[in-house]
Amino acid sequence: MEKRVTFKGWLLPVLLIAPQVLISAVFFFYPAGQAIWQSLFIPDPFGLSSQFVGLGNFEFLLGDKFYRTSFLTTATFSILVTLCSMIPALFLAVMADRLIKGSGVYRTLLIWPYAVAPAVAGVLWLFMFNTRVGVVSWYLGNLGYDWNHVLNGGEAMGLVVVASAWGRISYNFLFFFAALQAVPKSVIEAAAIDGARFWRRFWTIVLPLLSPTTFFLLVVNVVYSFFETFGVIHTITSGGPQQSTTVLVYKVFADGFVGQDLGSSSAQSVILLVVVGLLTVFQFKFIEKRVHY
Amino acid sequence: MAQQRDGMVEKRGAGLWLTHVFMIFGVLVIFFPIWLAFVASTVTQPEIVQPPMPLWPGDRFWENYSAALFSGVNVPVSTMLFNSLVMAIGIAVGKIVISLLSAFAIVYFRFPGRTFFFWMIFLTLMLPVEVRIVPTFEVVAGFGMLNSYGGLIFPLIASATATFLFRQFFLTIPDELAEAARVDGASPMRFFWDIVVPMSRTNVAALFVILFIYGWNQYLWPLLITTDPEMNTIVMGIKQMFPSGDDVADWPVIMATSILAMIPPVIVVVSMQRLFIRGLVDSEK
Repeated sequence: MEKRVTFKGWLLPVLLIAPQVLISAVFFFYPAGQAIWQSLFIPDPFGLSSQFVGLGNFEFLLGDKFYRTSFLTTATFSILVTLCSMIPALFLAVMADRLIKGSGVYRTLLIWPYAVAPAVAGVLWLFMFNTRVGVVSWYLGNLGYDWNHVLNGGEAMGLVVVASAWGRISYNFLFFFAALQAVPKSVIEAAAIDGARFWRRFWTIVLPLLSPTTFFLLVVNVVYSFFETFGVIHTITSGGPQQSTTVLVYKVFADGFVGQDLGSSSAQSVILLVVVGLLTVFQFKFIEKRVHY
Repeated sequence: MAQQRDGMVEKRGAGLWLTHVFMIFGVLVIFFPIWLAFVASTVTQPEIVQPPMPLWPGDRFWENYSAALFSGVNVPVSTMLFNSLVMAIGIAVGKIVISLLSAFAIVYFRFPGRTFFFWMIFLTLMLPVEVRIVPTFEVVAGFGMLNSYGGLIFPLIASATATFLFRQFFLTIPDELAEAARVDGASPMRFFWDIVVPMSRTNVAALFVILFIYGWNQYLWPLLITTDPEMNTIVMGIKQMFPSGDDVADWPVIMATSILAMIPPVIVVVSMQRLFIRGLVDSEK
């Protein structure tokens, strides 16, 4: 879509667009280019010179057991976070939608966790499950279950998943609730007159009508669990134990800043760039079409 | 039938009651971590380190919160709160201003390089700073912007979401308005200030809410570039309050800080709920 009526001149618009273009160039394109460039080199340990290795960093990464494990960890983590945040959100939204009065109060209360930063959420959940002082781990211990996410990789994964999904429930709830409110009441009433009970109506009518929202949320939540959960993982497990919670973004950080392995870290950035690109294309191709039914 | 009906299929009686029970249960479960943090911020350290800790607030509210605000662990929490505020407002205002300007240029002018710039901005749409941290860090270090507000803010406003939102909105402004302005001989900037900006008010406000939360909740970026505790933001500073090694963490102060870290964004979200939801839906479209 284009405007028919426009103003004349070229200097003014160039000046207007300049701040954004400059900031994008300096803090986006240059660093992204640097990442691609550095991914082709291996710097020597003193950072004085670097050796061109072509795609060597990528070859190494793809052959690296830890990197492949990190891919798998990321996939597990994102699927779990997406499920754990969408299913409770859908359930709560369906419940709230059944209420005529009071749903506003619940909505206000349920929005809260969205405002809580992932890193703060991490601290809250760490506190509950702390092996020494945590309330939940203490009660679990009384029930005979010895909770220790510091040593047990599975428990560590469970904890970062729940802490990451927690704030997302609010977000998904808002979208599901809005979508449910938009379902035409006449359709529901027609089904009710035909004798369909609530859950039958839900499975056969409401859920299919929600599918655009569901698809959209699936992609958005996967993107979220890929990129925005760093704070949770860093505060709770720092990627451990034995790298069992080292997702891709965490590994970029760990190898680049902690391990000072710039070549590998840049190559990982480039791989993530490709992943983001694919997700974006996926989102535009499949989701955009389905959103408007 | 004697049942009360507000609508054909809305639940009533036992069903309604059950729905409320489910909702209340859901809210309680979701709120439990926050409640526990609040309780921990009002009791003494010994009450926490001897589990189980109480589940009802104690009487140390003022002691713990003033300890956090005015002395903290590495740096007073009030300093970190101030840094977070500057960062969040800087990101929100900065992004809104540059986006308003560039969207106006793209929509209302035809100039050489317009398509090129448009695609250049479009490319930045979905690449989070997390992906390019090492080189971005080097750029910021090269400018000498480590431990500065500029270093905290600028790299995070290089994204195009807001630009696209404004572009979409400007395209819906009736052409007659621009036509009239041109006939009256008003300059483009006058049209911008008198017509476009006032019409965008709701969009600006909605976006402000979203961007404020985004900026306030940043973690990785401040963690990398603020090595000086004086420049820490509160969200990244909490983790720095945990001792390394075997020392026992000062839980009441840490939990008071966690509560303080969530108060500003919660106030913004809850008080501007309508705008927030609108902004959320718009910015994801």
